[in-house]
Amino acid sequence: MTLGATGDGGTRTSTVTVGGEATLPFLQFEGAMPLKPAVAAEIVDIYPEDWSPALLAVWGDEARDPAAWAAKAVAAGAELLALKLRGCHPDQGDHGPAEAVAAVKAVLGAVGVPLIVYGPGVADKDNEVLVAVAEATKGERIALANCTDKNYRTIVAGALGNGHVVVGQTPIDVNLAKQLNILISDMGLSLDRVLLDPTTGALGYGIEYSYSVMERLRLAALMGDSMTQQPMICTVGEESWRQKESRSPDGVPPEWGDFATRAVIWEIATAVTLLQSGADIVVLRHPAAIDRVKQAIDELMTGAVPEALAVSSPAV
Amino acid sequence: MALSGLQIYKLLPQTNCKECGFPTCLAFAMKLAQKGTELAKCPYVTDETRVALDAAAAPPIRLVTVGTGERAFAVGNETVLFRHEKTFVHQTALLVRVHDDDADLVEAAKLAAGYAVERVGMTLTLDGLVIENRSGAAATFAKAVAAVHEACPGAPLVLKSDDPAAIEGALGVVGAERPLIHAATAANWQAMAALATKHTCPLAIRADSLDGLAELSAQVTGAGVEDLVVDPATQGLRDGLALATLLRRLALKKNLRALGYPIIAFAGREAVEGEAVLATAAIAKYASIVVLDHIDPALFYPLITLRQNIYTDPQKPIQVEPKLYQVGVPTADSPLLITTNFSLTYFSVSGEVESSGKPCWLLVADADGQSVLTSWAAGKFDALKIAKTVKDSGVEQQLSHHKLIIPGHVASLSGECEEELPGWEIMVGPRDAVDIPSYLKTVWSPS
Repeated sequence: MTLGATGDGGTRTSTVTVGGEATLPFLQFEGAMPLKPAVAAEIVDIYPEDWSPALLAVWGDEARDPAAWAAKAVAAGAELLALKLRGCHPDQGDHGPAEAVAAVKAVLGAVGVPLIVYGPGVADKDNEVLVAVAEATKGERIALANCTDKNYRTIVAGALGNGHVVVGQTPIDVNLAKQLNILISDMGLSLDRVLLDPTTGALGYGIEYSYSVMERLRLAALMGDSMTQQPMICTVGEESWRQKESRSPDGVPPEWGDFATRAVIWEIATAVTLLQSGADIVVLRHPAAIDRVKQAIDELMTGAVPEALAVSSPAV
Repeated sequence: MALSGLQIYKLLPQTNCKECGFPTCLAFAMKLAQKGTELAKCPYVTDETRVALDAAAAPPIRLVTVGTGERAFAVGNETVLFRHEKTFVHQTALLVRVHDDDADLVEAAKLAAGYAVERVGMTLTLDGLVIENRSGAAATFAKAVAAVHEACPGAPLVLKSDDPAAIEGALGVVGAERPLIHAATAANWQAMAALATKHTCPLAIRADSLDGLAELSAQVTGAGVEDLVVDPATQGLRDGLALATLLRRLALKKNLRALGYPIIAFAGREAVEGEAVLATAAIAKYASIVVLDHIDPALFYPLITLRQNIYTDPQKPIQVEPKLYQVGVPTADSPLLITTNFSLTYFSVSGEVESSGKPCWLLVADADGQSVLTSWAAGKFDALKIAKTVKDSGVEQQLSHHKLIIPGHVASLSGECEEELPGWEIMVGPRDAVDIPSYLKTVWSPS
């Protein structure tokens, strides 16, 4: 499936196409994996004060302006962006549809990569702002998120009428994922316009559930079950940076090691594990993780060992 | 792969002599297939049959033990490709490599061997050390091995050198400690196999192709070595994943004995983040031993956590200890929530409470490690259990209020809970953890 459009109302300068696997992740010796998984950067419409200090430090003042942040994230290597409309949350600004559309347009104007737009995560508000965004960006083929069993009618209708795609999210369960896909396709949205978010558990906080559910979904897809054949997206950054391991520079055991290193490795390890269980898009937060995970994907796809990663005879 | 009764029958004399105590050879075969009797009861069984049955009874991936005593680790014996099929059984051993010509050798070894961290109530450690003969000198190697062994008593060791003379010298020091010898190659396998046999040590075989590994495996097992570890000698992520997957499949699905051994992977890279990538990939897919080069707790801790996660038995969910937890620094006016001791439930709830920014008391009931809905349906999370948990916890003394927030999924229990907990007000929280922050913000008030 493709995100972003360069014509017919789309103003993107690049698009992202994922999926098409005929085998388990990266096992190209036995089946095709024509497209590499993509790396998205998460940005927020308002300054995310509660984010880990490691993230706020690295994004700097750009995090106060979605357009500037978007440009910095693309410069950091993001192949697409995930814009979270947190400012629309009733507790965090309660922005209306007009402000949501303005934020999305600002980002679209600042960068040429495709966009995933996340509502604030409150059902009524999601419907209100995502529909407005969908209409105001007709033809851009953005991904509207999240589409759940509670709001799928509204979100799918917004995607159908305006040439967008949706992210269908279900809580770590193969059957619930299939069920939502059936509901979505029953509304007439073709299944190549659906990304599947099986819900991400971070390293140490349920990653094994995501790992196994994603493997089961991908195995079912390879067996021909069309309701599990959608590319999968994992919100790795949001989950891994929520944990104490990534948020607390002080007051933690010394065995946890250097904060900055540990926090970034937490995100990288979560991403690499889920890429191996079938993720097609990983949404990340830290530029160093974006860089490292992209290198890992390139290496998994091509077998090339980048110079910087070359096996050394390291000193300890 | 176990044989069926009929397959075993074909290997028996088929004379129905009854000397085994069974009326027919077929009945004996059927009992053998169920592991209800022993082949030795048949006096006429041929050596050929004995070998075939022994081979069929052996696990498809051999269990190999490295080290001796309390800290010894065992790897192998895996029976599935995907953990959801059953479970992975012997967790990846995480080792750290040190070099015999390093001035800080002993210090580095001590740091790695002594590393321990607490997680979900368990103390987790690394599993041992790889000592590499980087100097190329046998004497230096033996001295280094002796120094490390003395500084880190009991830590399982891998002796890494392609030079049999260096290995021989080191085995003179630690030969009784069951170190893993790394590695036999096409060039040195005779000498390495002889050393492994002499000291009864496990032996790693290294080749850069499956064919090469299979050939070496046949050679060293022919020379009498049984406990092997395979090193596919890959350096990139893609080939490492491909070879590890193929090795696991050949062992499990094709019953290829020659490659049915645990895999060792070297994850060392210049940058610690790059090393994290390789080690993560190896833990997620099929490496039984992962060797690290960076001595860095910021690397150890995430990898130890990942290993614990991946090797959790999916049929036995991890439980958290049922007790009163503090999220943030709660006061007497802070909300009290109750949930069950299924780890994912606990982590979801505590994560959302934490992200709400409101300190809370979180009471975790013993519901046999099941989620709220499952344990409620099974009668393990009812009003009596909730009341008992509240009373036993002593939380009452900590609070200025008598309000308990129960999960939205068990809203129907609120009346019964009020009966069981006189004087308490039962508040019904949201059904999903994700709605907890807004609930705490809009609904909660201590007065």
